[in-house]
Amino acid sequence: MTDKIDKVIELDHVVIRFSGDSGDGMQLTGTLFSDTSAYMGSGIATFPDYPAEIRAPQGTVGGVSGFQVHFGYDIHTPGDYADVLVAMNPAALKANAKWTKQGGSIIIDHDAFTAKNLEKAGYKTDNAIEEDNLGGFNIISAPISSMTQETLKDTGMDNKTILRSKNMFALGMCYYLFDRELTFTEKFFESKFKKVPAVIEANKKVLKAGFNYGYNVQELTPYKVAAAEIVNGTYRNINGNTATAWGLVAAAEKANLPLFCGSYPITPATDILHELSYLKNLGVKTFQAEDEIAGISSAIGASFAGNLAVTTTSGPGLALKSEAIGLAVITELPLVIVDVQRGGPSTGLPTKTEQSDLLQALYGRNGESPIAVIAASTPSNCFHYAFEAGKIALEHMTPVVLLTDGFLANGTQPWKIPSMDNYPEIKAPIVKEGTENYMPYLRNEDNLVREWAIPGMPGYEHRIGGLEKMDKTGAVSYVPENHQIMTDLREKKIALIANEIPDLEIIGKDNGDLLVIGWGGTYGHLLTAVHDMQLAGKSVSFAHFNYIKPLPLNTRDVLKKFKKIVIAELNNGQFASYLRSVFPEFKYQQYNKVMGLPFTCIELMDNFNKLLEEK
Amino acid sequence: MAAEVKLTFKDFKSDQEVRWCAGCGDHAILNSVQKAMAEMGIPKEKFAVIAGIGCSSRFPYYMNTYGFHTIHGRGAAIASGVKVANPDLSVWVVNGDGDGLAIGGNHFIHLNRRNIDLNLLLFNNEIYGLTKGQYSPTTKEGTKTKSSPFGTIEQPFNPGELVLGAQGNYFARSIDVNMKLTQEILIDAEQHKGTSIVEILQNCVIFSDGVHGFYTDKENKLNRQIVLRHGEKMIFGKDNDKGLILDGLKLKIVTVGENGITEDDILTHDAHEESPFLHWMLISMKGPDFPIALGVIRSVNATVYEQKLNAQIVDVKAKSSIKNVNDLLHSGSIWEV
Repeated sequence: MTDKIDKVIELDHVVIRFSGDSGDGMQLTGTLFSDTSAYMGSGIATFPDYPAEIRAPQGTVGGVSGFQVHFGYDIHTPGDYADVLVAMNPAALKANAKWTKQGGSIIIDHDAFTAKNLEKAGYKTDNAIEEDNLGGFNIISAPISSMTQETLKDTGMDNKTILRSKNMFALGMCYYLFDRELTFTEKFFESKFKKVPAVIEANKKVLKAGFNYGYNVQELTPYKVAAAEIVNGTYRNINGNTATAWGLVAAAEKANLPLFCGSYPITPATDILHELSYLKNLGVKTFQAEDEIAGISSAIGASFAGNLAVTTTSGPGLALKSEAIGLAVITELPLVIVDVQRGGPSTGLPTKTEQSDLLQALYGRNGESPIAVIAASTPSNCFHYAFEAGKIALEHMTPVVLLTDGFLANGTQPWKIPSMDNYPEIKAPIVKEGTENYMPYLRNEDNLVREWAIPGMPGYEHRIGGLEKMDKTGAVSYVPENHQIMTDLREKKIALIANEIPDLEIIGKDNGDLLVIGWGGTYGHLLTAVHDMQLAGKSVSFAHFNYIKPLPLNTRDVLKKFKKIVIAELNNGQFASYLRSVFPEFKYQQYNKVMGLPFTCIELMDNFNKLLEEK
Repeated sequence: MAAEVKLTFKDFKSDQEVRWCAGCGDHAILNSVQKAMAEMGIPKEKFAVIAGIGCSSRFPYYMNTYGFHTIHGRGAAIASGVKVANPDLSVWVVNGDGDGLAIGGNHFIHLNRRNIDLNLLLFNNEIYGLTKGQYSPTTKEGTKTKSSPFGTIEQPFNPGELVLGAQGNYFARSIDVNMKLTQEILIDAEQHKGTSIVEILQNCVIFSDGVHGFYTDKENKLNRQIVLRHGEKMIFGKDNDKGLILDGLKLKIVTVGENGITEDDILTHDAHEESPFLHWMLISMKGPDFPIALGVIRSVNATVYEQKLNAQIVDVKAKSSIKNVNDLLHSGSIWEV
């Protein structure tokens, strides 16, 4: 519908998807675009989508790497479909055209559409546009590679190095298209390539050349995208994994304890280990263990020794850690286990997102083995929930699983930087000096938390371990009645955490025809879908869970006021079966998807509208 | 340096009833550990005794120190976390041969590779006792056990060889019944900075009784054991006249006074030698052709893991302008709205 007479297309929000070969630098291109957009006042959300292989076969559909940015006003998701697709080669077009809105624009690198590349991408003819039936799209076929070569021909750089900058040409075109400033990106070049001024200049030149090319060609109609309504403050972009790492450091600071992270590399959680290993300036100790079990075991050792101890992993690693989590349960030691969920079972889809570890987190251990489970719901609130995980672990002397997922881990959004002054102190129940007759399993009557005596403290020498413990004294006990008592105490201790967590919030009216329920990383999509339905006058509300075990105390009160309840999650219904077991009195409908992909708002609305229509 | 600490072995006894079988070698080892710890000059609260699972792993319950009875095989990994988190502690791991070398084998080799300053006692009785008599990674090939009724078909590990293969810096060996030697080794292991592996040949009276009998046999033990001490000649035997020399690339037993051999010809033990080759030969010696080597066989100084980690932290802290979480949150690309 774009009318060429219009000078500018005005939109509330736009989705742009950069795609190319996994070596084409699409993740960087997308990141630079989103950083600039956030800096210029847009709301943003991003979604990187890349193959598990480091160097998947070049030019093939399997090797395509994509990065989607949604920016503008009131942004909560990276967007379902792209308004603008950048495809650096035929494989990228093949893989991503289906994610582009009908009538949207597709920018392709004309030079990359050679017979050989078309064949590699699986095209049968020499006309990809016709073959994929893309006539309804606004195709901008730009000679990106050759213009890049032309721009840098006098620099003396070799052809291979020159072509590495072609992504910056495409980025420059997009900057023209969306009226973005170049300065933020130019500053990035200056700091990133500080030691090689020639590279700074080359990238700047190509970026500018792309911008000018956009200005000069007729097919590109610039967009004007609404800015977000932004609360005043200091902002930065942050992804979920960095936010998680920082939240853990914040918890250690507020607890006045050292932070220890024992981990083993695993996609998509490894960046948390990377970030923490970098933070030696804040005294963080990271221990890259020989396996997942040693990761958690070393963390349990550090916890025994009085640190805030964490281990970070993904689903397969959580499976390996189960026995050790049980040890932390019975010894009642504080421990944070971060599970960045990915597609399963087994190795599954390492770089794709899913919510299918929930039941594993809740129940995946031998014995009656209750722990606290919480989930972050946006990339930036991974900070808050990592902090919460540390706080609950320390104040309640328990393992806590923090669930995030691949979508949150790698997704970014602008974040209003909080002041640490607004975060509470964390008070671990360390035994007070002068306490007489210390017993490791003597409990605080209010929350059933035991006191923590740390090796090195004179007078409190004691033994703990994986054998059942005698109530209060902590001596080994096989007494049947004592096992029942201790089992009940451990369960009750976790249940009592509910007294300290916030109520479940309802977005919309507190009663009506349909309550949409979600948890974890699907928040943005569910919120957007429900919000659009509410604007259309539908009787639908939304409740999203961050606290899973224990559940917020008002959960039953929220559920009972709706005619229908639907639980939407990226698994086959794990939260639904959990809620059924806790509140069997309600009827729950489900909307599930297990494709390694986030929801689309469109599919959610379709489904929820159908539910509203059903009698 | 530290204030004088006067402790006796009784200070290290916990109020728990010791539940090992009567005659089990663990009793003697427990006494040796308690006596040795009393002499180390370390306050009681600074000891952390960590164990995995197995008969020997009940050890922490009997020690009046901080103690942690963990899960099967993970003692070394958990103790690594304890020591890295708080390098001021004196950390002791108690492992059996199944716990330490089968299910926990991965942690055992990586502990040696990292050289974390803790002491690991490997009680080697060549059997799984607590599960009632299956063969372990140190059971001699051909041994009939409950899970190998026709004899094992697996080659056993020699724990010391594993230590060397994993680039370990310290290996000592004792026998449960030789409490004096055990104490001497334990004190040396505590003083050694780095991972100290102490293998203690231990007798299980129920499932592998007499497994080390060849070496402990009262009549012949002096001919079948050689106690190595750094700087001393490798001499042994009832009459103190047998010695070890190098014959080409192999060890050879000779008798002083025979064939022109004098004491000067006998090898002098150098536990501090970095090259592991002679240590390897000493560790590998076994009957009936050779005596078994006891004592501190290898003790090489190398920087320990937690020192290197702390040095990095000190260095990065000094250079960084980020002093707290507020600074961190405001680092890098930020903007005002």
